[in-house]
Amino acid sequence: MTEQPPAAETVPEATPDTSTATPRSGRPTDRLRLAGANQRQVLGLVAVLALLVAAGSVTTENFFQISNLVLLLTQASIIGVVSIGMTFVIISGGIDLSVGAIIALASVWATTGATQDFGLAGMLFTAIVVATVCGLVNGGLIAYGGLVSLIVTIAGMAGFRGLATLISGGRSQVVETSAFSAIATTDILGIPLLVYIFATVVAVGWLLLNRTTFGRHVFAIGGNPEAARLAGIDVRRVRATVFALSGLCCGIAAIMLTARTNTGASTHGTFYELDVIAAVILGGTLLTGGRGTLIGSILGVLVFTTVTNIFVLNNLSTPIQQIAKGVIIVVAVLLQRRANKEAAT
Amino acid sequence: MTTPLLEMRDIVKTFPGVRALDGVDLDVRPGEVHCLLGQNGAGKSTLIKILSGAHRTDEGTITWQGTPVSLRSPSAAMKLGIATIYQELDLVDGLSIAENIHLGHERSRLGFSRRAEMLQAARKVLDRLGHGDLDPAREVGELPSALKQIVSMARALSHDARLIIMDEPSAVLAHDEIRGLFEVIGQLTEQGIAVVYISHRLEEIREIGDRVTVLKDGRTVAGGLPAEETPTQQVVSLMTGRDVEYAFPQRPQVGAREHSPELLRAEHLSRPREFDDISFTVRRGEIVGLAGLVGSGRSEILQTLYGARTPATGRILVDGEHLRPGSVRAAVRAGMGLAPEERKSQALVQYESIARNVSLASLGRYSRLGWVDRGREHAAASAATDSLQLQPADTRRPVRVLSGGNQQKAVVARWLLADCRLLLLDEPTRGVDVGARAEIYALVRRLADSGVGVVLVSSEIPEVLGLADRVLVLREGRIVREADARDIDEPQVLDLFMEGSAA
Repeated sequence: MTEQPPAAETVPEATPDTSTATPRSGRPTDRLRLAGANQRQVLGLVAVLALLVAAGSVTTENFFQISNLVLLLTQASIIGVVSIGMTFVIISGGIDLSVGAIIALASVWATTGATQDFGLAGMLFTAIVVATVCGLVNGGLIAYGGLVSLIVTIAGMAGFRGLATLISGGRSQVVETSAFSAIATTDILGIPLLVYIFATVVAVGWLLLNRTTFGRHVFAIGGNPEAARLAGIDVRRVRATVFALSGLCCGIAAIMLTARTNTGASTHGTFYELDVIAAVILGGTLLTGGRGTLIGSILGVLVFTTVTNIFVLNNLSTPIQQIAKGVIIVVAVLLQRRANKEAAT
Repeated sequence: MTTPLLEMRDIVKTFPGVRALDGVDLDVRPGEVHCLLGQNGAGKSTLIKILSGAHRTDEGTITWQGTPVSLRSPSAAMKLGIATIYQELDLVDGLSIAENIHLGHERSRLGFSRRAEMLQAARKVLDRLGHGDLDPAREVGELPSALKQIVSMARALSHDARLIIMDEPSAVLAHDEIRGLFEVIGQLTEQGIAVVYISHRLEEIREIGDRVTVLKDGRTVAGGLPAEETPTQQVVSLMTGRDVEYAFPQRPQVGAREHSPELLRAEHLSRPREFDDISFTVRRGEIVGLAGLVGSGRSEILQTLYGARTPATGRILVDGEHLRPGSVRAAVRAGMGLAPEERKSQALVQYESIARNVSLASLGRYSRLGWVDRGREHAAASAATDSLQLQPADTRRPVRVLSGGNQQKAVVARWLLADCRLLLLDEPTRGVDVGARAEIYALVRRLADSGVGVVLVSSEIPEVLGLADRVLVLREGRIVREADARDIDEPQVLDLFMEGSAA
């Protein structure tokens, strides 16, 4: 294999420019990868977001006030954290419909009288462990039990929320631990701690997806599971891990939501799965797996949150909000399909 | 002399880079069984696709019952009365036999299907095939392959087919089921329906065929030979006497590998209905070829070595050490690499770049604690693809833009990067054009010269004989001959293939 091909055999036009135009470092790779369909996707979303911001500032004076923007970011944070885990799941070729139910269960379990006796640490620990275990149960059944993720997480959706209602007896559990409530009320440099938590999850998630072997394997098993298996990747372990990760994100979100509402309730996180999946798909992640970005998902969350914010500021009714969301999803997916077709040719 | 049902003259069909058909003539008379013979790549499947309307001809004329026709689409072919029964039967498993028979031309009134009428009509065509006892309400999914074929034929009959093309119908059947198939074919021809029958098994052709047309390299080399009287030797030499010479790299001297250490040893491997008692060895630097027809177990053996299938009995040793059966990861860790037959669906991640595809199996080497060193990864991937002269040289391009030959190189580069010591190649030149083939051959030989052991599976006999050092000929899951590639020739291998099913 050490034999070097004679220069005459190489295709002429390929030799001169590739060596100069292609520095053999990893850096330009991602920039170029982004330059394809992904970047167009991100740019499109940024444009949509800019339009929304413009619409917001035109229709109401309050939109551009710092307090409103901070509120908007805070609202985006909780759903945003869940969307990070969901992006991993969808890129790997799966779907997680149980996120809302996991949030409810983690929230309830972390706020029972018994748990609250252990104080802040006990509550945080409980929320994280309960949610991650739920994710592992999903992942185990899907990866090692060979079940379809849609089915398993629909079951989880019912089961986990049922368990949450059983534990709480259907009552809201007030948070008595003030250190826990402080999670939602603490500001650093004028920005709520919740936003910092979201930012941290984004950063860690981005590194995990784009800089580690695990992240590569997630893309590979979503893009072509058979090829991944035949390349010697432990497809089942990656698949199980991805769902555990989604569970972990739900745990973090449960902490944020419980602190913000100052209650643990089995009704927390209702319909989160739909909002989160919509945001991730809007962000350009392929529902069939193999392709997607975290940046896109975050932008997707911001678009939906901004729409809601503007509608609330303009005193528009909830049904109209819902209609607008539906229209956005359909239009965005139609545009994506066109962009993908162009990219394919 | 009756007018021929179908006359094809000077049919030419080109695909980008390949002249698949280059002057094919075919005459079919009503009520005859006309056998089509030819090696893989001779153009049989292209010809079938033209007859079924899936492909259009570039040149040549097709005459149907004396009138020139153009087979513009599958429905045009069907309307004329040409039906094709493919190996992968195109039936809907979840529907009943009657529903499958009427698929696409359901009988209905005001949108409501007329079930009773359809069942009755289905029963009638099944009866014409001698299977009147088959309940047309049964679900197709639960039928064995033999009966599914019957349903396919019934569907053809319900379209008033005058010509039924059968693409290797016996390949999916057990020995006693073939008997039933022949009876059905007899029923069809008695009713004046012509059958174009494709099979590799010469003895079948003698038994049911009336006349034989032989294709080679996209041309008709003999048309309308009497099926019973033509000697086997003549048929084989018509099929093999080729003009296209492949450029194979030089082999090392005889005996050069005799003392190189043994890399792989397979002992008594068996899997029910796939292969039986397979034992062989591969030395370092040696290319061992497995020659066999579809269904001979060749790909299954390769996948078993690689751990993608678990052997029922037997064991695999790499460097004298026992390899955990049925574990791809164990095989990869032991230094194996597989370039599978279906590159797109089994090897490449289409959305990803060339570099990421190449590094997929060896990412661990370019990372620390799970953290990928993308600079090193990229440099290594580019070095590997450069050494294989993969085009385009820019490894950031998506892998899906690659041609067949370059896709194969990307897969080989993956295993180079993983320091693969035993490369398993399943049909390495399928979908690869002639120029790139020579490159792939040279590449495989260079790898072997550097000490890599290679197991090569190919349905193209010249490829196995030209590239491999040692050849194992497989028939129906068993090794029927093992020989130095220089001591065996193509007619001999074909004879071994076609000596008939061992029953």
